Amino acid sequence: MSGKRLGIAEALREGIAEEMRRDPRVFCIGEDIAIPGGWGGAFTVTYGLEKEFADRMVNTPIAEAGLMGAALGAAMMGMRPIADVQYSDFLFCAMDQVANQVAKMRYMSGGKLTVPMVMRAPVGVTGRGSQHAQMMEPFFLPLPGIKILVPATAYDAKGLLKAAVRDGNPVLIFEHKLLYGSKGPRSESGTVDASSDIPEGDYTVPIGKGIVRREGSDVTIIATLLMMHRAMEAAALLEKDGISAEVIDPRSLVPFDWDLVKTSVTKTNRVVIVEESPKRGGLGAEIAATLAEEMLDCLVAPVKRVAAPVTPAPFSPPMEKFYIPDAARIAKAAKELMEIS
Amino acid sequence: MDRKEWLLGLYRSMVLLREFEDRVKVLFLEGTMPGTIHQYQGQEACGVGVCAALGPDDVITSTHRPHGHALAKGLTADEVMAELFGKVTGCCKGKGGSMHVGDLAKGMVPAVAIVGGGLPIAAGMALAFKMRGEKRIAAAFMGDGATNEGIFHEALNMSAIWDLPVLWVVENNLYGASTHVSKVMKVPHIADRAAAYGMPGTTVDGNDVLAVYEAAHKAGERARSGKGPTLLELVTYRITGHSRRDPALYQPDEEKKQAQANEPIGRFAKKLLADKVCDQKRLDALREDVKAEVELSVQRAIAAPEPKPEDALEDMFV
Repeated sequence: MSGKRLGIAEALREGIAEEMRRDPRVFCIGEDIAIPGGWGGAFTVTYGLEKEFADRMVNTPIAEAGLMGAALGAAMMGMRPIADVQYSDFLFCAMDQVANQVAKMRYMSGGKLTVPMVMRAPVGVTGRGSQHAQMMEPFFLPLPGIKILVPATAYDAKGLLKAAVRDGNPVLIFEHKLLYGSKGPRSESGTVDASSDIPEGDYTVPIGKGIVRREGSDVTIIATLLMMHRAMEAAALLEKDGISAEVIDPRSLVPFDWDLVKTSVTKTNRVVIVEESPKRGGLGAEIAATLAEEMLDCLVAPVKRVAAPVTPAPFSPPMEKFYIPDAARIAKAAKELMEIS
Repeated sequence: MDRKEWLLGLYRSMVLLREFEDRVKVLFLEGTMPGTIHQYQGQEACGVGVCAALGPDDVITSTHRPHGHALAKGLTADEVMAELFGKVTGCCKGKGGSMHVGDLAKGMVPAVAIVGGGLPIAAGMALAFKMRGEKRIAAAFMGDGATNEGIFHEALNMSAIWDLPVLWVVENNLYGASTHVSKVMKVPHIADRAAAYGMPGTTVDGNDVLAVYEAAHKAGERARSGKGPTLLELVTYRITGHSRRDPALYQPDEEKKQAQANEPIGRFAKKLLADKVCDQKRLDALREDVKAEVELSVQRAIAAPEPKPEDALEDMFV
């Protein structure tokens, strides 16, 4: 394979550029996304794209609701916008447009119109205090009408982005600040290597398909984004103790690859779900409830959730470290399940 | 079309909006029609005058009070009435209802019932037209209340900096639900707010359909020529309640009386007669024709099939 090694920010940039070359309807809209001398969005994803696509990089005022609504309007008129906010926390400013308009417009029309738009939003608890730190998945998970993607590697980020652009529906991509591999003045401390070998040529990653990151037989660990990488570390720790952990990265939250999870749970009979967001009402709750409804007889131990506490994200590094699940906590939870049965 | 027929077309359209709403009110109050309603009686010159300045390729966004805009933009009484009844023959197959009527094929996205929510969408539609070099325009209808929403600021500012082909159409009917505009706004005219965005703003007699048309046409030509958006404040009056059974006790009697004398259809009829465009007989015939159209739409809507309950699961994703 004559590929190259790229981080998530670079892979997304390449994916966006390829889609814009392929389809003149594709354009980017967001704050600070393509200002010469700027950063290419908060995390360099769109850096330099204005050189090739001067007319299709729309820099907006600081107006998150406005730009999401504008993307919706353009999408209904046949364009293919990629709209981004600098931090996912700002989606709350845009929430009427995203939740009331974007998510519902096709349904309210009786299926007569389509909303082919992509939204991108950086998540992650990353040394910025409470308002530039949230994991937004739990707020969007119950919202019908938007697909939700959570790429944890550069390969998936590019392939899912391209699939999202071509999907023809509203697709929201959560990207993790510590996984971007952003460079220069926008680099992050505490970053985790999520780079991949990116093949030459066009490829997509199917929306709604998860992936087994590591095969195992004793316990299934389900984790996304940064937590997927922590789960892989935990699996390595568990291996030293003779516990074989299977790590599943769902990659899409909506639609969700239940088949993959169920196949794994049928094999391991034990489940740990890892979340960087507060435990209450999150992805873990949804998965645990579904497993309880549909495959309780497969479980030999209770479902374990390893999640952040139900508080805002704290700033001070010791508190932040306490707040975010790490490999040791994940491994401990898995061991506890093994001790039960 | 000669001018006489064009004028009578405006008249007929306004009468259609009125007769439709009056019939809907009865259907709702007698319990025949499900849901809730926000009605347009008294504001007909706004929707009809603006839509007369739009072409079939132009698009509008509307509000929680959208029946009039839908009919003015060319949706049929049949498809709007059926939607209000929640029938499969409705313009949204019964998934929209009163507050979300629309049909993009006729240039109207499903009405946005969150106050101000349609504004950035109109900007985005106009952005698409501009990016593709099309001569189409978008008109965003809103009430006076929407101009106090934050999204008003975001959307108008974006439209101004990008010279987008948009008409911002404020139907100032003096009340946001029950609250008089003077209690929630310090400037005398909503049109004054246009200056904050560097766009022209005009206050127009919103009960004079020709004045509305002229203002919308002028703003539309400006938008089509790439010069950007205009804020039109159409001063009008709602001669019905805000919604459902609202008796509008907050509207003073004297004000209501004046509003009845100033309502747009009677005024336009007087003008047509004074200008000898036609005689009363012609106007009466037009109204009878409209009444029959509305009545037929009611009969068809009632006779139309209900959606299957599980149709609720359809129309999510392509």
